[in-house]
Amino acid sequence: MSVPLVEMRDISIAFGGIKAVDGVSVDLHAGEVVALLGHNGAGKSTLIKILSGAYPADAGEIRVRGAAARIASPRDAKTYGIETIYQTLALADNVDAAANVFLGREIVTRWGTLDDAAMESQTRQVMARLNPHFRRFKEPVRALSGGQRQSVAIARAIYFDAKILIMDEPTAALGPAETKQVGELVLELKRQGIGIFLISHDIHDVFDLADRVSVMKNGRLVGTARVEDVTKDEVLGMIILGKCPPGAVPGPGASADA
Amino acid sequence: MTRQLRALEIDPRLVGMLGALAAIWIGFDLLSGGAFLTPRNLWNLSVQTASIAVMACGMVLIIVTRNIDLSVGAVLGFVGMLVGVLQARLLPELLGLEHPATWLIAVAAAIVAGGAIGLFQGALIAYLGIPSFIVTLGGLLVWRGAAWWVTQGQTVAPMDGAFRKLGGGIEGAIGAPLSWAIAAVGCAAILAALWFARQRKLRFGFAVRPAWAEATVALLSCGAVVGAVAVANAYYLPPRVAERLAQAQGLAIPEGGLFIGHGLAVPVLVAIGVGLAMTVLAMRTRFGRYVFAIGGNPEAAELSGVNTRRTLMKVFGLMGVLCGIAACISTARLNAATNAAGTLDELYVIAAAVIGGTSLAGGLGTIAGAMLGALVMQSLQSGMVLLGVDAPMQNIVVGLVLVFAVWVDTVYRRGIR
Ligand SMILES: Nc1ncnc2c1ncn2[C@@H]1O[C@H](COP(=O)(O)OP(=O)(O)OP(=O)(O)O)[C@@H](O)[C@H]1O
Ligand SMILES: [Mg+2]
Repeated sequence: MSVPLVEMRDISIAFGGIKAVDGVSVDLHAGEVVALLGHNGAGKSTLIKILSGAYPADAGEIRVRGAAARIASPRDAKTYGIETIYQTLALADNVDAAANVFLGREIVTRWGTLDDAAMESQTRQVMARLNPHFRRFKEPVRALSGGQRQSVAIARAIYFDAKILIMDEPTAALGPAETKQVGELVLELKRQGIGIFLISHDIHDVFDLADRVSVMKNGRLVGTARVEDVTKDEVLGMIILGKCPPGAVPGPGASADA
Repeated sequence: MTRQLRALEIDPRLVGMLGALAAIWIGFDLLSGGAFLTPRNLWNLSVQTASIAVMACGMVLIIVTRNIDLSVGAVLGFVGMLVGVLQARLLPELLGLEHPATWLIAVAAAIVAGGAIGLFQGALIAYLGIPSFIVTLGGLLVWRGAAWWVTQGQTVAPMDGAFRKLGGGIEGAIGAPLSWAIAAVGCAAILAALWFARQRKLRFGFAVRPAWAEATVALLSCGAVVGAVAVANAYYLPPRVAERLAQAQGLAIPEGGLFIGHGLAVPVLVAIGVGLAMTVLAMRTRFGRYVFAIGGNPEAAELSGVNTRRTLMKVFGLMGVLCGIAACISTARLNAATNAAGTLDELYVIAAAVIGGTSLAGGLGTIAGAMLGALVMQSLQSGMVLLGVDAPMQNIVVGLVLVFAVWVDTVYRRGIR
């Protein structure tokens, strides 16, 4: 099998006494969608925040295309082509959509000043793909609806030629039409060879979009399986009971009586 | 009416502040029997506002990032003492008295010293994570004490002649012809800026103001520039000074007296220059964008790859630089350096920024608003001096106005939500 795009090996991080992520290993190949599943507080967001540079891991190793990667800040992650849609969206509420999309990577004019017109024009183009009804380009994102804000966060992640895309519950606030649009976007990005970590609580969405699922429970990995090899009920069993079915590769967090 | 205002794309809050300023000016003029709205008083008002206005520009960015700087008055005092000793004691020995480079060296030293102090405090705040309130409260005590130590409390005077121009006064005004030239350049720049902004929007197919609105904005802006210069030029030099000038240039003195206008004061030009530069910095550069993004959501800025710590340190460094410039203005105006210079300035600077619409919750504020806020504060103070209101009462009024202004702003903001 080819060298994985991303490998996270034995990643651990603790906040105070709580081991939020404990010896978790996951990997992701180019053109693949890997869903991260688990109950609330299982450690999914924390795990991907380590990959996106938001938290430094206490232990473990990250490899990108087979080479050890040093990711100490979100800036580092972006240099590896890792883009993230955070569960909290991470938008600056007081500036407009374009300013958020380009935050940290602004388009500047010949004189080094911000080229707001160019940024707005580019933002309009990306948003047209995500949410064609979006019109409120001039307002601070504080004034937008939850779904509109989510569209802005997605636009920011896909605009900059991501190689590795992390989507932490990207459709949580979206209506059915927009959710469908994001689903189509995921498949299109996958066709382009982008690797995607998708965190979702919607098991049907996951089975529609993902190639593999990795399930976490209490900070530990229950197991990883190809979606063809397991049923939805088996995956629910992994999430709720930590029970690893025969079709899955068990991790350190699988319950012993399985 | 509202639709027309919207077409103009003028910030309604700015209009409100201009209205408040007009009310204050007219009110004082009526109460003082026409002594407030005279070229002389307005000219002095502009000079007195300069130092606070310069510092208020920096305070806006500090408050926008959800921080505060309580040390600006003390930094002004300390840097003022350094600059005073440098040009009144050290440089005359090295270069000789009234050397043409003295003022330049003094100003450069003030900027470097202020900037270094600001960067140092900013580093403590950004990298060590000490709250800015504490760092700058400590700074207030430290730099005020340091200002005393420079000369063991002695006042240093007089200042270099060229340096004194930074403080205004008769030598510190640029004269009518040059003022008109600046007005012309200013109007041309306004028209060019409007034109380029419009072209840019059209190129991307975005909506632009209707032609009448564009013309109105251009007319109002240019009118303000021309009006301000006209007032400054209508404040004439005292007859004896004018006669001396005429004699020196070998001019005949016409019948009915000689009227030579002061023109714009140098410190006012400095403040306007700082205001313009800071507006460009805040609105049109990456640095400014990051400052506002940090104020809106520090975590989001960090996750977007903004180097929030370095940005924060730079904001405090910038504040220090502006304190250095303000120190030059106030030292030059007094023609002396005293260790008490700038006492309580931190409060006036913060008040100016807040009256000018800067939100203490962060993420919101404009340079123009803060400079207007400084003008409002100084207008209140000068007006009360003109009316013979005693100092304790002045403080009471300014304090009440500050609270009232912020309340009005809060109500307004709730209204637009
Ligand atoms: N910054 C933090 N400080 C302290 N504890 C944290 C922090 N971030 C996460 N945790 C803890 O780590 C655990 C895992 O949290 P995480 O956000 O990764 O869960 P999750 O799987 O994403 O849950 P959800 O489905 O609700 O989004 C939780 O117990 C949480 O309280
Ligand atoms: Mg989560």
